[in-house]
Amino acid sequence: MSALYAVRDLSVSLPGQGFLGRLLPGRLLPGAPARIDILQGITLALAAGETFALVGESGSGKTTLARAMLGLVPVSGGSLHFDGVALGSARAFAGLRRSTAMMFQDPVGSLSPRMTVGALLAEPFVIHRRPLPLPGRAGRAAQAAALLDRVGLPARLAARYPHELSGGQARRVCVARAIALDPRLVIADEPTAGLDVSVQGEILNLMTGLGTALGIGFLVITHNLAMVRHIADRIAVLYLGRLVESGPAAAVLARPAHPYTQSLIASEPQPDPRRRRADLAIRGEIPGILRRPAGCAFHGRCPRAEAICRVTEPDLRDLGAGQQAACHFAPGQ
Amino acid sequence: MSAPLIAPLIEAAGLSVAYRGEDGAPPLQALRAVSIAAEAGEVVGIVGESGCGKSTLAAALIGLLPGNAVVTAGTVRFRGTDFLALPEAGRRGLRGRHIAMAFQDPMTAFSPVLTIGTQLTDFQHHLAGQGRAARRARAGAMLARVGIADAARVLDHYPHELSGGMRQRAAIAAALLMTPEVLIADEPTTALDVTMEAQIIHLLRELRRDYHGAIIVVTHHLGVVGELCDRVHVLYAGEVVETALVDDLYHRPAHPYTRALIACDPAGLTGVTRPLPTIPGRVPELAPPPPGCAFAPRCTLATARCHIEAPPWVAVGPGQGARCHEARPRGCDPGGTDPKGADANGAIR
Repeated sequence: MSALYAVRDLSVSLPGQGFLGRLLPGRLLPGAPARIDILQGITLALAAGETFALVGESGSGKTTLARAMLGLVPVSGGSLHFDGVALGSARAFAGLRRSTAMMFQDPVGSLSPRMTVGALLAEPFVIHRRPLPLPGRAGRAAQAAALLDRVGLPARLAARYPHELSGGQARRVCVARAIALDPRLVIADEPTAGLDVSVQGEILNLMTGLGTALGIGFLVITHNLAMVRHIADRIAVLYLGRLVESGPAAAVLARPAHPYTQSLIASEPQPDPRRRRADLAIRGEIPGILRRPAGCAFHGRCPRAEAICRVTEPDLRDLGAGQQAACHFAPGQ
Repeated sequence: MSAPLIAPLIEAAGLSVAYRGEDGAPPLQALRAVSIAAEAGEVVGIVGESGCGKSTLAAALIGLLPGNAVVTAGTVRFRGTDFLALPEAGRRGLRGRHIAMAFQDPMTAFSPVLTIGTQLTDFQHHLAGQGRAARRARAGAMLARVGIADAARVLDHYPHELSGGMRQRAAIAAALLMTPEVLIADEPTTALDVTMEAQIIHLLRELRRDYHGAIIVVTHHLGVVGELCDRVHVLYAGEVVETALVDDLYHRPAHPYTRALIACDPAGLTGVTRPLPTIPGRVPELAPPPPGCAFAPRCTLATARCHIEAPPWVAVGPGQGARCHEARPRGCDPGGTDPKGADANGAIR
């Protein structure tokens, strides 16, 4: 298969009780299950150079999926393949991390406050024991300047500390760190959260521009559908740890098949007051993972739910043209 | 519609606020001659990017400016009373009971070591003649009012046990406990998912309908403005650069900055757009602010005059005005300017 990164039937579960709970089963937290399924049955494939968006509310498992894909969370079932190589051992994941990079959600928090921007940009080379183009201090400075230039920042920023940067600048430094080792895949967790709209556009343009120029694939984790529309080639929608819909971004956003995707799109606030709607909001909140509803997990909030939805969990079905949805009432093939 | 016949409920007139500089640095002029007003029954939006002075304005409206802030000119009037000239005791009497604020970060707005119920009960300490049980019952009723199901149980929860959306609702409930006439919501939806954001917008719409107070929403999200506000003030570099009814603001923006902001919002772009539009350049330093128009370095319409001479306030149409040399009263320029078609004259790359 030609996928850069293939996830097949991935499950992640965590112990439902602490150490004492396992020693004294059923005594401390009588209701808690032995293991909690955080993610179940996730199958997706990222092609080289494409931008893939992972969409869902907080608590849907987006970040856990990204962490599992980098080996940062133990996997309890299914398989992961990067470039055709199965990822199972710590050694395989270490190899993977040389050709992938992660942009964490909080840019200032993910940059060490004690290191200058220049040192932060040299760090990936040190960690992965990659030689710098030039040895020593001069090499580090040259490399930092080159990376800063690539992300549109002046070279003098190399001497600054993270707290001296604006939100947009910190975000750019994170992009520079991510592309430092010429990765083939960058996982970006909420790359524009907390940024002003104009700066948001700059960061996304920078990412897509670098992606095209350097052939980098992006996995973007976000709940911002307005942004996904403009940057993503394909999208997958997660709800309570399961995929509910996936497919080409244009098709999914134009003709969402799952009521959850439909409600997510419908709840986006519109800047045009003439398009103001009375029924903006989707009902209720995402239930806690411990109180996962039976049947279709979305039935409690779904406007179309019927008896079958409360009992039987729908499978992910092919709808044609690469689109899939897990809903009893999704339009058939 | 435009010129109010009665005095507005709350009003800032010519308000200038500066932050003292450290070690002899010049003061940072965070707000310059800002005039805004809100009347009972309307939702007023204050829009702008980070660093434009939104939060300073919100703090000034409720008299909670930090210690290093100095009001250098202007007034804040609540029902005609100069709020900032009152002694602190007088301000405290108005704050909470008449003007309340739902804070930006609902995680830090509550104390982590007390239950929601205890805190909401304590907030009513100046409510005379009511016992603790009655205050707690009121707190529960208010939580139910803002759409928290199972409010009685939530009273016993600590803030960390609530989701972001619930905490935001609880923060709004806290602000509403004294049934204030003015509610200031500082970035009420930034930390939330789209679905929760939509629910908070619904909640604020219901509040406008039921309370007949004024709601001031401080936000950088044009979607929140479009769905919620009646009238909007756009702030840039500490100045109001445009004031308009929400429909005029979106469909006939008069200031190049407003046009650029609207053009940048990915939610307003119908087709797939790559690269996304941005506003080139940066917000200027405000210590001291530039002599001419603060937006001139980023504006495609800017002429030599814009860099030297501060622009006048131009009344563009009923209820709409802009601080721009190039703005003209409507009528000279028939027809509206659609933001999507504004690329030729907007500051859009």
